[in-house]
Amino acid sequence: MSKQIKVALIGNPNTGKTSVFNALTGLNQKVGNYPGITVDKKEGVCKLSRGVKAHILDLPGTYSLNASSLDENVVIELLLNKKDKDYPDVALIISDVENLKRNLLLFTQIKDLKIPAILVINMADRMPKKGISLNLEILEHELKTKVALVSTRKNDGIQFLKKLIENFKTLSTEPCLDTSTIDEEYFANLKKAFPNQDLYKLWVVISQDANFGKIDRNSVNVSRFKTKTKSELKRLQQKETIKRYQFINEILKVGQTVDKSKATDLRSKLDNILTHKIWGYVIFFWILLTIFQVIYDWATIPMDLIDSSFALLADWVKTTFPGGGKLTNLVAEGIISGIGGIVIFIPQIAFLFLFISVLEESGYMSRVVFLMDRVMRRFGLSGKSVVPLISGTACAIPAIMATRNIENWKERLITILVTPFTTCSARLPVYLIIIALVIPEGRFLGLSYQALTLMMLYLIGFGMAVLSAYILNKILKTNYKTFFVIEMPSYKIPLLKNVVLTVLEKTKTFILEAGKIILAISVVLWILASYGPSKNFNDAEVIIQKSFPALTGEVLDNKIAAYKLEHSFIGRLGKTIEPAIRPLGYDWKIGIGVITSFAAREVFVGTLATIYSVGSSSEDNDKTIKNRMAQEVHDNGDKVFTLASGISLLLFYAFAMQCMSTLAIVKRETNSWKWPIIQLLAMSLIAYVIALIAFQILK
Amino acid sequence: MSLTIADLKKGERAIITDCSSIDIPLKLLEMGCLPGNVVQLFQVAPFRDPIYLNINDSFVAIRKETAALILIDMINE
Repeated sequence: MSKQIKVALIGNPNTGKTSVFNALTGLNQKVGNYPGITVDKKEGVCKLSRGVKAHILDLPGTYSLNASSLDENVVIELLLNKKDKDYPDVALIISDVENLKRNLLLFTQIKDLKIPAILVINMADRMPKKGISLNLEILEHELKTKVALVSTRKNDGIQFLKKLIENFKTLSTEPCLDTSTIDEEYFANLKKAFPNQDLYKLWVVISQDANFGKIDRNSVNVSRFKTKTKSELKRLQQKETIKRYQFINEILKVGQTVDKSKATDLRSKLDNILTHKIWGYVIFFWILLTIFQVIYDWATIPMDLIDSSFALLADWVKTTFPGGGKLTNLVAEGIISGIGGIVIFIPQIAFLFLFISVLEESGYMSRVVFLMDRVMRRFGLSGKSVVPLISGTACAIPAIMATRNIENWKERLITILVTPFTTCSARLPVYLIIIALVIPEGRFLGLSYQALTLMMLYLIGFGMAVLSAYILNKILKTNYKTFFVIEMPSYKIPLLKNVVLTVLEKTKTFILEAGKIILAISVVLWILASYGPSKNFNDAEVIIQKSFPALTGEVLDNKIAAYKLEHSFIGRLGKTIEPAIRPLGYDWKIGIGVITSFAAREVFVGTLATIYSVGSSSEDNDKTIKNRMAQEVHDNGDKVFTLASGISLLLFYAFAMQCMSTLAIVKRETNSWKWPIIQLLAMSLIAYVIALIAFQILK
Repeated sequence: MSLTIADLKKGERAIITDCSSIDIPLKLLEMGCLPGNVVQLFQVAPFRDPIYLNINDSFVAIRKETAALILIDMINE
């Protein structure tokens, strides 16, 4: 096998970098993490001709080599470190044909690091619509590079790009700008201090230290060269930016012509409505409402199907391998129920990510940021907090990671702390099953009561997030400056391929990550429920037969099974905490569900499924989880799941911090255990108190 | 007293004359907010904050407080 060509994709955000990545790699891609930080690392393999392969690394989007976030810093760290195993043989700078000027800023910087670079001009299919024409010969000559005109939408130019990658060795590594012209005196001194170093590289290192201060390099020690204050350095960066724009403008004057009369102005037409002072908000709210209605209505069909299929499967295992004893039971009651509890999430998670990725891809999400900034700021948040809060409806983990582009630390910290209040997809199964049990059917203005309840729960979660943000804003004191700059990308019809890949990838991650925990807990639960510490458990048959000599058949079996569960390990655990949760309207079985949910909420339904299938004999006609739950009664014959206990349970799950993975991410992003611990305690307390009040009022 | 981007009305265009304040984020400069470039107020959110600009063909939204730091000369059309 020959050596792979290492390719790095670099570009501004919103240039379709991901589309180019998808076009080059197809399904041969994986997402991982950079060591020590939680920035997504997307890698893939692209087959070139004659068995040559290219290893493609999709770097986080950045506007320049002046990093202001962890994500952007990843790009600079890699490009400065020749020893890094991912250090590229060739860099593809992906740029948007509609904003070549700004994209070239980054291109010239990469060129000046003397990395072989190919300029990829994406969305070339929009050129006629925008009245843009390019003189590629001039561009290639002046920028000392090769240009690939690409349209991922039309799948044009990808083959040509692959050819260019293959011949990367012919690319020039001549820089675009003479660094010393930025400031003759300063750079002359710098050269004197480090005669053997590349001037531009030194400058990037120095300006990064001032801005970000986290770059770890062993190659150059610049700490002994501190001749400028922070503001003087900034002025130099400003001068560099101006110099680069002068250079770029000169080239584009001859290399690009734009006939503005041909440009169709979709942006202003759409933005007149979508960012309108009134209609903008009406439309945003309407979009949210639609999403929830769709998730509720469409997803229930496949979910019911999954639920009943797994019940059938468990049954089939039991009847096909009769007398298999413990092992058969473990498979049927522990593992299959557990897996069923994971698979049942797929429809909703897929739908949710479908909507989120369409909103992101179309460019609408930035409009939401624009509309909401002022409102959010009153609560100590930023308009950019809206994206994490909305993504939080899928999962708090990527949402908390998405806070990285909030420039202000205080706004970012508050966003991280309150995001887990938003209704994540792990709460959804709990909500759905409880709503189905306790909220009556029927419609109000065409919306079902059940869908409205779900919508209310989302709003309550969001409301609590905003309220806590308001309180945190009053408590936390900082003197950080507020920065807020957001690009408003042009509107695009989302690429099907991108959307599908996002949905697939996110769903897969969820199943594998959350699935592991759910499955493990299901098995542990089954074991805890199938064994007991005392004689009561082991002699259940004898005890029950003695106490109820008149019983026979199914009724007897059920009695025995229930008695066994009550005296199993898990039963005793549930009984122990029962006094604490009784006032909330829960019995000890729900208590077990609540305890195990502190590992991850989605465990709840699986737990109840396991507990109830262990707790009943195999003769039941109706085996779906929902029906079993509906049949549950207290010792006195009252139903367990009533409106009061149902609402109390819904509210508890709405507010409690029941997710180990989120706590781990918060620890990572805030770099201390202080914040996740505060989060855990405060949220759980709020949940307990509110659930208590709700049950006491409604019962 | 000089005008700033915060004084622009919807649709109005101006030329940036100074943006040397240390409180202007570098990112904004990289997007083309530099002396000599044209800026147009494209859209405003309620209470004129944030504002949505076309700077040198880049479309960005910034807060009013940042906008008030960028000095301009009006273009009379």
